[in-house]
Amino acid sequence: MSAAREPVLAPGRASLRRRIDHGVKSLAQGRLGRALVIALPYAWLLLFLLLPILIVLKISFSEMALASPPYTPMLQWAEQRTLSLSLHLGNYAFLWEDPLYVAAYLNSLKVAAVSTVLCLLIGYPMAYAIARAPSGWRIVLLMLVILPFWTSFLIRVYAWIGLLQGNGLINHLLLSLGLIDQPLVLLHSNFAVYLGIVYSYLPFMILPLYATLVRMDLTLLEAAADLGSPPWKSFLTVTLPLSLPGVVAGSLLVFIPAVGEFVIPDLLGGPDSLMIGKVLWTEFFSNRDWPVASAVAVAMLLIILVPLLLFQRVEEREATEPTR
Amino acid sequence: MTGRRPFWLFTALAFGYAFLYLPIVTLIVYSFNDSRLVTVWGGFSTRWYGELLQNEQILAALWLSVRIAAVNATLAVVLGTLAALTLVRFARFRTRMLFAGMVAAPLVMPEVILGLSALLMFVTLEQLVGWPAGRGMTTITIAHITFTTAFVAVVVQSRLSQLDGSLEEAAMDLGARPWKVFLVIILPIISPALIAGWLLGFTLSMDDLVIASFVSGPGATTLPMVIYSSVRMGVSPQVNALATIIVVVVSTGVVIAGWLLHRQGRRGQSRAR
Repeated sequence: MSAAREPVLAPGRASLRRRIDHGVKSLAQGRLGRALVIALPYAWLLLFLLLPILIVLKISFSEMALASPPYTPMLQWAEQRTLSLSLHLGNYAFLWEDPLYVAAYLNSLKVAAVSTVLCLLIGYPMAYAIARAPSGWRIVLLMLVILPFWTSFLIRVYAWIGLLQGNGLINHLLLSLGLIDQPLVLLHSNFAVYLGIVYSYLPFMILPLYATLVRMDLTLLEAAADLGSPPWKSFLTVTLPLSLPGVVAGSLLVFIPAVGEFVIPDLLGGPDSLMIGKVLWTEFFSNRDWPVASAVAVAMLLIILVPLLLFQRVEEREATEPTR
Repeated sequence: MTGRRPFWLFTALAFGYAFLYLPIVTLIVYSFNDSRLVTVWGGFSTRWYGELLQNEQILAALWLSVRIAAVNATLAVVLGTLAALTLVRFARFRTRMLFAGMVAAPLVMPEVILGLSALLMFVTLEQLVGWPAGRGMTTITIAHITFTTAFVAVVVQSRLSQLDGSLEEAAMDLGARPWKVFLVIILPIISPALIAGWLLGFTLSMDDLVIASFVSGPGATTLPMVIYSSVRMGVSPQVNALATIIVVVVSTGVVIAGWLLHRQGRRGQSRAR
């Protein structure tokens, strides 16, 4: 590409060529390389994350059809513009009017909220104890919290079936101790769903709590004690407010996936523990109603959008704060 | 406060760990139970392990899942690292908010939505451009890469943001090209994060039931899909045996990885001193 290889070029053009060469080179090293670094993940996410969600949005406004794929094509609406408007919101009106869907939404929110509080009640003392343990122990204790997360989620839920079922281990134990006369119905109940969610998502609560608690300046507590504050008051006025970012992050990490949870209500829940993730699954796989399933997904997205934005704000504040 | 360790803290820990581990322990114990029933102890036996190794459906699903998970983890590390570099190093470019949002979104999106949207996109693409023809291993892998990239990006991002910028500046001043700075300086320093990200991507992919169920096609049944359908039939000792193997393999891996990272961290500290 150098001028030497093309001796026919006039000197003026050669210098121009050199200048262009230089420009291309610097582009390749700086801006072009940078553009490539950005473009690859950007294009992937646009194509396989944003576009799919837009397609879900689109299909949620179309009608179910006995075709493959089982929904009305978009072009058809353009021709019948007046008709399309009534079709548009049909799926959403259906969701809103059918008490089953409303109940499923409300129940999902309730289950997620209660599970989050339970996780907090169990997770906070654990995170606190780990953060105040001797530093050599902390890594071991923390690893013990993370370890179940690395083993299969499905298998951890499955473990509870063996424990909770009618002839399962817990009933067996209670019967042989004479505490109950006949087996309790533990599996396929709301209780089992709470248990499953708390069990599965507890590590997500403990980790952010630990992160804020271990960073805390302990001299603040000494100062509070010197000034005559009893431990419980120091906890409420110093430790708890300082750990609030961890509480928020942990709660969201439990709440958001719990709202859309499918496996736990499906395997551990009963007929009355209806949750929105399971409804979406049934609409899609059993009823093969893709438009309604899409509308359920859009409605679910709207519900988690509020905690989602909150989460991003917390994340950004964490990112801008200097560490320690 | 630091001097005495209140009794209730110890109790909280003991209770918490018992809650986390008792179900797993009973799962392991009963995988060695000769009886099919959970309540009856029929004596020690490894017959379920024998039957598991004969179960070709499970073995085929395991092999499929391992292949998907390995491809997924590798590509997710590449994309996740690029995404993390973009977010940490290129502080300002247009539509950065959109990019940051897309990177973080899979962390907080319910799996049913990720699965449904990926499937609908594959169906639409197939209609429009004829690709991907049908669904199976490829579509599962693509859908997995999309959501595991987010997790890798978080891991790499936290490592990158701890990085000392002066090293890069020094290398640039000495005339190193940006890609060389990346290969020679940044890559070795963030390599623990890359390994952690790869393992995380592998595990998430191996573990995923919901997304795979949506985007899978005939003939592509992953391990969680097989476990799920057999669990729906009730408790099966073969699943207990499989669970035990998974727990043992994963725990060994995590303990070794943790020990290596711990040792490396200590070495790093002593070198800094």
